[in-house]
Parts: sequence; structure tokens; C-alpha cells
Amino acid sequence: MTYKVTEDGNVSTVFLNGEIDMDVTDKAKEVILPIVDSGKEVHLNLKDVQYMDSSGISVLIESHQRALEKNTKVVIKEVSKSVLKVIMMAKLEQILNLE
Amino acid sequence: MNLSESKDFLVSTASLKEVRVFSRDVFEKINIPQDQKDELVLAIAEAAQNIVKHGYKGIKETTDRMEIKISLKNDELEIGFFDKGKKVVPENIQHRKLDDIKPGGLGTFFIKQIMDNAVFKKDQTGWVNHLILTKKI
Repeated sequence: MTYKVTEDGNVSTVFLNGEIDMDVTDKAKEVILPIVDSGKEVHLNLKDVQYMDSSGISVLIESHQRALEKNTKVVIKEVSKSVLKVIMMAKLEQILNLE
Repeated sequence: MNLSESKDFLVSTASLKEVRVFSRDVFEKINIPQDQKDELVLAIAEAAQNIVKHGYKGIKETTDRMEIKISLKNDELEIGFFDKGKKVVPENIQHRKLDDIKPGGLGTFFIKQIMDNAVFKKDQTGWVNHLILTKKI
């Protein structure tokens, strides 16, 4: 997994790239959670993530819940069809902010 | 079409990508929709992840290996997982409730969603656990 972060005012966009599994979830959390903790709105762009397993879904949930605690939000952008299918299998499409 | 292919992997999170590559290669030989192939790869990866995460919980590094065997016979797909981790007590396996939104506990739920059946076989010589996932395709 690789990533890129861009800043625009109070919004940080994290572009994740590759496959998100248990092997890379710590790395993903190390990138995302500090930004959430800073109170910024985080946009997670998943257009280049073609595979995500339950560990990756856990990162999305943890990021979403942490954002609620910090009175900000995580918005999931450009989710690929294959990842959307996993999100829907977990019945999280109404819980997570998908755009 | 009948086939049977197996491969062993180091028990490590770093092996999960190899598990997916192996599974995708095998499913390339089977004429089923891509969506179904993707689901099956997810189920296999989740089961392998459970071995690493739960079977070897508390063990930072191991030289143990796990084996995955994918067989297709008469449209019945059977995927076997063999490991030497902690003995699984099937009755203790449960996924979290979906309305209890929290990180973790989804892997087993995904496996149950995707596969028709999941059973632990007791008579496997040389291995501690032998999980069999089956699905009619």
C-alpha cells in the first residue's frame, strides 16, 4: 500500500493505493488517525484501492468513529466497485460517509 | 471440470498477499463470474487471516507454515486450510452482530456470507486444525 496526502484548508485528502489487508492496516491507521485527531475533515480517496478485507473495513470504521469523537468527519470518496461490495456486505453503506 | 491445487505459506500477515495471488491464479482456471472469484478470494484471505490473527495470537514470529488446498469436483468447490496454531474450538467462533458497529469481527461473517458451509475436521494427522469451506458453483 502506498499513499499520498493533500491539504486544502481544513480538509486533508488521503489517497490510498494498492490492497488493504491486515498487513498494512497499522500503516493506514498511522496515516489517517493523526489527521482525524487534529480535528481536520478527512477525505479518503479509494479509487486506486482494488481490494480491501475485513481489516481494511475496520480501519474505515475506526476512522469514522474517531472523527465523530473529534466532531469532524471522514468522507470516503471514489470507492471502487470491488471495495464498495465489501462495504455493502458489512452493511456499512448507511453508516460510513460515502460520496 | 475437476482440479486440485495446494500451496503452503509462512504463517505471517506478509503472506496474505501471496495467498490472494495463489487463489486468483487457481480461479483463473475456473469458468465463473469475476465477482464470484473476487468473493472467493476474500473468503480464503479471511480464513488465512484468522489463522495468523487467532491461531497464532500472542506469537510475534513463527516459522510454522499453513497450507491451503483448493479443489473443484462436480461443481463443488472445497477449500481446505491446514495449520498448527492453537486448537480451534468451533463452538467459540462467532462474528459480531452487524448492528454493533465497531472495528473487528467481520472476517468470519464474510466467510459465512460467501461460502455455503464451514466445518473443522477432527481427524487430520500432522495438523492441529483443518478447516473446510465448501460452495456449490
